Amino acid sequence: MVHIEVDHVGHRYGQGALARQVLDGVSADLTESRIGVIGHNGSGKSTFVRMLNALLIPSQGVIKVNGLDTASEAKKVRRLAGFLFTDPDTQIIMPTVAEDVAFGLRKSGLSKPEIAARVDELLERFGLSGHREHPAHLLSGGQKQLLALASVLITSPQLIIMDEPTTLLDLRNARMIGQVIGELSQTVVLATHHLHLLDDFDRVLVFDSGRLVADGTPTEAIAHYRRLMEV
Amino acid sequence: MAIGINTLGLYQQGSSVLHRVSAWAKLIGLVVLGAASIWLQSRWWLVLAVLGLVVVGYLVAGFPVGLMFKQLRPMIWLLVFIAVMNWWSFDWQRGIAVPGMIATLVAAAGLVTLTTPMSALIDVVVRAVGPLRRFGVDPERVGLTLMLGIRCVPVVAGLASEVREAQIARTATHSFRAFAVPLLVRALRDADAIGDALVARGFDD
Ligand SMILES: Nc1ncnc2c1ncn2[C@@H]1O[C@H](COP(=O)(O)OP(=O)(O)OP(=O)(O)O)[C@@H](O)[C@H]1O
Ligand SMILES: [Mg+2]
Repeated sequence: MVHIEVDHVGHRYGQGALARQVLDGVSADLTESRIGVIGHNGSGKSTFVRMLNALLIPSQGVIKVNGLDTASEAKKVRRLAGFLFTDPDTQIIMPTVAEDVAFGLRKSGLSKPEIAARVDELLERFGLSGHREHPAHLLSGGQKQLLALASVLITSPQLIIMDEPTTLLDLRNARMIGQVIGELSQTVVLATHHLHLLDDFDRVLVFDSGRLVADGTPTEAIAHYRRLMEV
Repeated sequence: MAIGINTLGLYQQGSSVLHRVSAWAKLIGLVVLGAASIWLQSRWWLVLAVLGLVVVGYLVAGFPVGLMFKQLRPMIWLLVFIAVMNWWSFDWQRGIAVPGMIATLVAAAGLVTLTTPMSALIDVVVRAVGPLRRFGVDPERVGLTLMLGIRCVPVVAGLASEVREAQIARTATHSFRAFAVPLLVRALRDADAIGDALVARGFDD
């Protein structure tokens, strides 16, 4: 189980006259295995989830993942947590499918056959075995996102943070990725505008103008989010 | 969002001799050719002969010759410029030899990347740089930097043509600033995103 402690967290981009407070006074204690993050464009979702992986260090407050402070133990936090971005094209680093999945293990000290076995297992699981040696950029959008996910899973993280992983996909692929997310054994934190992905989630956080304005079951949270739109 | 990895110069599976030769041999061959180019350049017909050999290399690897021209296309105007400059300031022989040598080197480098998986190339570089570790060089990092360099060339080229299309679609003009500014913004933004992805995937040192 992963334990995320968010304690009076705020964030400010820029300095001096250009400074903007985009997150303010956010606190939450997260232990559930499926956590959703919703809110309007610019409400602070990406800023928040990037902090959970120490991609961004909060300018106020503290975030701890399994007791590790993201500010001082960023590397350990990242070893624990993987991150799935919106655009798989910026996430795919190596030219061929198998090479990209293997990339995360370059410095792991595992032998080549061990790495190959793990890569094969993941490609098999995501139906990508037939594309092993193919150029990654020739995959379809949905397959690219599966590849990006496989590349995250190869290092066996306990927590996977996702920032709108289905936004660039068509309905069919978005549903397929949603299904794959549902089957993950890891803890998932998912920021999205595709609210139906959150149906089976344990807990959903609603952000509005940088503040955490609702925190509860998907039904409660989504109802709150819809009310925000009316005013 | 369309920052795809282009087919340009990236590994294409195959079983030819050139695919099977070790990455070491191919990289050493490239280095030798690079070193010899200074000498080769003084005889225009030698340059053409070596270029001919590279063409044969493409055929042996099972690629159409068109693929070689595809590697050279992005720099065609540069080559023409170099040819004209050399012809004008020296003689027609140099006008052939100098751009011919550049084209030969680029085409040969393209042939190596087309027949060698990226991970094999990085492994060679990481090993070759290994002895420098005691001087504080991190071989993995050198290999990674090189790989990112190779990866970014087609990316930027792809972005450039996209920005160009968007510009023509919107304004039907060819202003340089209207081209350079969005290109720079997008290249930086994508570089930022790739940087994030690298950090998220554990390459943060
Ligand atoms: N690097 C940055 N520098 C300055 N301001 C930023 C930066 N990144 C985000 N912002 C600003 O912070 C605010 C919150 O942005 P954030 O990306 O967290 O929102 P979001 O909820 O993810 O929105 P979306 O649904 O559009 O993805 C926005 O007003 C945005 O303009
Ligand atoms: Mg966002």
